[in-house]
Amino acid sequence: MMKSCVIGASVAVLLAILPAAAEPLRVKFGVLRQQHSSETLSILDLPAEDDAIAGALIGVADDNTTGRFTGQSYEAIDRKLAPGDDAAAAAQKLVDEGAVAIVADLSADDLLHVADALKQRDTLLFNISAPDDRLREQDCRVNVIHVAPTRSMLADALTQYLVWKQWRRWFVIKGSHPEDERFAEAIRASAKKFGAKIVDERIYVDTEGGRRSDSGSVQTQRLIPPLTQGAPAYDVLIAADESEVFGNYLPYRTWDPRPVAGSAGLFPTSWDASHEQWGATQLQNRFRKEFRRSMNARDHQAWVAARMIGEAATRSGSADPKALSAYLLGPDFSIAAFKGVRLSVRPWNRQLRQPILLSDGRMTVSVSPQEGFLHQTSELDTLGVDKPETKCRLQ
Amino acid sequence: MKMIRNLGARLLLPRAGEGGPTKWGRMRARSEQRCGSPSSVAHSHDTFSREREKGRALVRPLALFVLFLATPAQAFTAYVSNEKGNSVTVIDTDKLEAIKTIKVGRRPRGIELSKDNSELYICAGDDDTIQVLDTKTLKITGNLPSGPDPELMILSPDGKTVYVSNENDNLVTMIDTKTKRQVGDVPVGVEPEGMAISPDGRILVNTSETTNMAHLIDTQTKQILANVLVDARPRFAAFKPDASELWVSSEIGGTVAVIDPQTHAVTQKIRFEIPGLTKEAIQPIGISFTRDGKRAFVALGPANRVAVIDTQTKKIEKYLLVGQRVWHLAFTPDEKYLLTANGVSNDVSIIDLASLKVLKSIPVGAFPWGIVVATK
Repeated sequence: MMKSCVIGASVAVLLAILPAAAEPLRVKFGVLRQQHSSETLSILDLPAEDDAIAGALIGVADDNTTGRFTGQSYEAIDRKLAPGDDAAAAAQKLVDEGAVAIVADLSADDLLHVADALKQRDTLLFNISAPDDRLREQDCRVNVIHVAPTRSMLADALTQYLVWKQWRRWFVIKGSHPEDERFAEAIRASAKKFGAKIVDERIYVDTEGGRRSDSGSVQTQRLIPPLTQGAPAYDVLIAADESEVFGNYLPYRTWDPRPVAGSAGLFPTSWDASHEQWGATQLQNRFRKEFRRSMNARDHQAWVAARMIGEAATRSGSADPKALSAYLLGPDFSIAAFKGVRLSVRPWNRQLRQPILLSDGRMTVSVSPQEGFLHQTSELDTLGVDKPETKCRLQ
Repeated sequence: MKMIRNLGARLLLPRAGEGGPTKWGRMRARSEQRCGSPSSVAHSHDTFSREREKGRALVRPLALFVLFLATPAQAFTAYVSNEKGNSVTVIDTDKLEAIKTIKVGRRPRGIELSKDNSELYICAGDDDTIQVLDTKTLKITGNLPSGPDPELMILSPDGKTVYVSNENDNLVTMIDTKTKRQVGDVPVGVEPEGMAISPDGRILVNTSETTNMAHLIDTQTKQILANVLVDARPRFAAFKPDASELWVSSEIGGTVAVIDPQTHAVTQKIRFEIPGLTKEAIQPIGISFTRDGKRAFVALGPANRVAVIDTQTKKIEKYLLVGQRVWHLAFTPDEKYLLTANGVSNDVSIIDLASLKVLKSIPVGAFPWGIVVATK
């Protein structure tokens, strides 16, 4: 809240200096976010206190720079849920406070709950967190635009690269949580789609231990080789571990010397702190200067959502959620997000089409879609569930 | 280390000396196939693919024939900034080859020549400065005080002021070329990039990549006259020589907006369609008008093509296949050739303007970006 106040003030100063249109159009949106687990395998991945909202605030600052020329002002209301809080009630309150849109960093269940609770309200939801395909398929909703990529998009992005590398024989290890199985499912579907073969699949059962100890590596070093022993010949080991139980333990410790991909090693993501192509350095610099940390995928998705709201309000000259939605879903909408090509919305399920980065956390190794994976309308639609297969009936 | 670093360039390109259109055409064909370029239909109209279809045996005589047709050209000097090479390549436009490479500051992109051609100004973005290169001695003689991360600049028609876009602080800076001091700045949108100046020097234009605007600035009062919304990520602006139109290219939006400099209205949007390429791949960047203003050439980035546009009808006459990720363009002063800086294939393509054919590619440094040709 402090930060948004500061940004608001600097905008007021700019507005005073520069000639602007008569009556400024005020665009207010909410950022409804959850506390993310601090049970991460790497200390580098611990969620920051301002996770997600930081990205939205950079987006607001960018929108306001444009707004000072168009006579618009933007504001984000930060709302962080405590465990057990009712997300729908918090969302209702944001709309009561004048939010024309809500940038939602919520689980799939909470997001659906909020979308249904706001059905009669005039507002628009941006999903920046939940990767669940069902939210874009059987459980799709007319008032939700999905900025976060789906598991199927992430899996396809990785598969295209592995197939391009001719690493087609995969050994999959999945975690024992439902979301791990869902990612494994996306990996299986993707292998089938692009002609890779899963030669072995194993489960790593979560025994509910903590992630930190003072001599962790000693045990891990002995644990992982036997776990990966005796697999049929394979090219790459794929971890399906969204729950952060074992994925990052795999690289350099496997029985056979093989690369690791999926939830560790080479991972597919919408954004990474190491990404700097296509002008991304500019955004990374703005973010780091303001928040003294690096920008993660959720921050970036929140930034994209804030920029989508800004673009729609600028182009339609309105803060009416219906007008914003009409512009974003219309044929003229496209947005630049430092990923090389324009991003646009799949009209059939309101998923943002986007390139997916393949990163090792130090470097952008590649960006999918890979060359040669063709599509009749947009190569970005080679990632994830495409129109002919969709189960979404918008309502 | 050096061998490995140069390997990328070797794989894509013939080395200097064994270049020539023949080999280049063949290499280009091969690399495009390897990359899985969507369709051969896409470039069936250009010289190289036609040659390719006729078979290798025909390639050499045909290409040589094209070269012989060309009348001898006047010798001019072209300068190419190599974004990753941290260097500037000097090209002799008569010999059509690179004659020298000069080490410069880090991440050189925008380059401009002083009016008398004695100095070359080089935006060294990662060094937060503009370097001044003496074109006689080819030595760096000093700096111009830009803001952080200068990217593109334009010289006033009288040569007295250079206007610079500084990507990192949302400012356009004005620098006196004689005293080498800042004489003003103007706050603009997020990530300023493209710079243009009206032929009378009165209106300065800056495009801001994330704000998606062209800002028209009065050079006398240093105030913004108008902000014109264009499509996503505007990267370059240019006035038609008669000042009747301002063209702005939007890289991600995939369009060129035609703006009336008087009313500040977008009067037209030029769109590009290339069979076999999706719209995401077509990313307009550099724009160059012929001196008579009849034709415009627009570099289309990763579409690897330059569009030839009739400025009267705004119809696209032709797409010319050049190297990969074409950024900026420059004419030789006699308008015999148009040179294109091709970022990914590390070369400069030479387009013959009489025949509208690509004659040759010249290997330069790593990731060529900006290009200018000396008038003398």
